[in-house]
Amino acid sequence: MIYREAGQFKTSYPADRAIFPIVQDRYFVAAIALAAFVAVPLLASEYWLVTIMLPFLVLSLAAIGLNILTGYAGLLSLGTGGFMACGAFAAYKLSTAFPELHIIGVFALSGVITAGVGVVFGIPSLRIKGFYLAVATLASQFFLVWLFNKLPWFTNYSPSGVISAPPRALFGDVFVTGSSATPEAKYLFALTAVCVLALLAKNMVRGNIGRKWMAIRDMDIAAEIIGIPMLRTKLLAFAISSFYIGVAGAMWAFIYTSSVEALAFGIERSFQVLFIIIIGGLGSILGSFLGAAFIVLLPILLSNAPQLIGLQIPVDMVTHLEFMIFGALIILFLIVEPHGLARLWSIAKEKLRLWPFPH
Amino acid sequence: MAERRFGEVILAVQDISLSFGGVKALTSVSFEIREHEIRAIIGPNGAGKSSMLNVINGFYHPQEGSITYKGVTRSRMHPHHAASHGIARTFQNIALFRGMSTLDNIMTGRVHKMKANVLMQALYWPARREEVENREFVEHIIDFLEIQAIRKTPVGRLPYGMQKRVELGRALAAEPDLLLLDEPMAGMNLEEKEDMCRFVLDVTEEFGTTIALIEHDMGVVMDISDRVVVLDYGEKLADGVPAEVREDQAVVDAYLGVAHD
Ligand SMILES: Nc1ncnc2c1ncn2[C@@H]1O[C@H](COP(=O)(O)OP(=O)(O)OP(=O)(O)O)[C@@H](O)[C@H]1O
Ligand SMILES: [Mg+2]
Repeated sequence: MIYREAGQFKTSYPADRAIFPIVQDRYFVAAIALAAFVAVPLLASEYWLVTIMLPFLVLSLAAIGLNILTGYAGLLSLGTGGFMACGAFAAYKLSTAFPELHIIGVFALSGVITAGVGVVFGIPSLRIKGFYLAVATLASQFFLVWLFNKLPWFTNYSPSGVISAPPRALFGDVFVTGSSATPEAKYLFALTAVCVLALLAKNMVRGNIGRKWMAIRDMDIAAEIIGIPMLRTKLLAFAISSFYIGVAGAMWAFIYTSSVEALAFGIERSFQVLFIIIIGGLGSILGSFLGAAFIVLLPILLSNAPQLIGLQIPVDMVTHLEFMIFGALIILFLIVEPHGLARLWSIAKEKLRLWPFPH
Repeated sequence: MAERRFGEVILAVQDISLSFGGVKALTSVSFEIREHEIRAIIGPNGAGKSSMLNVINGFYHPQEGSITYKGVTRSRMHPHHAASHGIARTFQNIALFRGMSTLDNIMTGRVHKMKANVLMQALYWPARREEVENREFVEHIIDFLEIQAIRKTPVGRLPYGMQKRVELGRALAAEPDLLLLDEPMAGMNLEEKEDMCRFVLDVTEEFGTTIALIEHDMGVVMDISDRVVVLDYGEKLADGVPAEVREDQAVVDAYLGVAHD
């Protein structure tokens, strides 16, 4: 009797369109928000905040970006790492060239710049799709990382090629980047930014533009015939997606790692984010979070769980195990459940809704 | 049926010829469609019926001839122009967006009516009114087609007959002036066919929509259409009210498969 939809009638279309239409869902979300904003910063150790929560949040954001492009608009991209690098280096150049610019402005502009780059690299998508588009985005991945590595202007002529985030305060002396920023401040800032951006993304994908993207994904010829402008809609997907990925790259460099080089955004990063959305669920904002949580937590679980049950597994074995488990899971999800963890979650809810009377 | 008053000519095709490499799909075909009528296009397999609809909505570009739509003559249409100027259609092989729900599929028919930009949609509130108004219109269509129960079902999971109905809904959502239906009843059982006939008749009655319809079932054609064009091997064989066409010797021969000279 806990999870019941019965008796909850939607009397208006806006109510039916609510993101969390069921009352219990709203309590659940409120509880999660309370935990994330209050309990975690109070209780979590610095290790948890810095090595788990921050990469989780940043990867979730990048996954939302890729999900818009690949999961919703159906345009496969292997250029995520390159676009993250773009955001990171844009943030570095902006914050060093304009020390007065507020950190929120730095992140927003980095996103806008990456969106512009994404649109340029998205232009071929009008002509090519599927495998060939993936190869084209792969080329952009290598080109961008090569560019940031090669031209010393991007790193302000740092001999090591490493960029370090300058200290910036959100307000007063609450620093969110640089060495004087506390893990709690970084975490709360990242959490707020990711939540706001996720909400905006959810609004887009459930609105008119989301339907246009999915229409192109499901059948582009029919979409064109009912009058959906192909080029504009695809480029918009590239722009919005790259904006999210750019902001994620900037946050990776400035908030998660504090100093980074272009090679941190190599092809492995692109695949990592792609795996997140495959495991989490293609075409799901919630899935982007679930997949990111999974990919951040699995290695930690693997390195700790054997000890708990008294097994000793060598470190390199853990790394191999990780690869094998990821590989197996990705194949499994692609074959059995392309909507990933998000779909399993909604099936579980469905079961719960009917339990114990399956009718 | 004959009582319904027809208006002006809404669409006229003149001397349309279309070929694919060596295959002549259409040879110098001309006919016109008047406002508010149900115009059937019939003919044996491969006669060029679907090709004709594709020419009308700009998906195929004919090598010769011209198309006059709402008084403007062009040598060819463009799909985007056709869609934004009141031509909607369904397809012979269902072309729905399989991963989307019935509701979302029909909502995509309203893309021309929705003007809110991406930023407004991202913030939701500025786009809310538009979204709700269009949803109300779409709910009206859902009621009209009696598909309330499958509103939230992904269309890929629906049976064939239902998918055809949803596709009609998506076309109707655009509030078209000219509706092109490519074999809307193919593969349906008798009951489903009757339902579909009723919907087609109600559409012209309720919304005043002009309909061009391809159909193989002669009973259906004779029952619901006002005028019939007959195509065979890409050429126009006959054109007239159903009773005339049925008596036409060339049509009878074509359907009985009499050899061409
Ligand atoms: N895209 C295309 N490329 C090549 N040939 C085509 C194409 N579309 C149609 N044709 C050819 O044009 C001719 C007419 O085809 P069309 O689909 O218009 O016939 P139809 O009257 O709709 O037949 P059916 O009753 O089988 O649907 C056929 O010979 C077909 O092979
Ligand atoms: Mg056909």
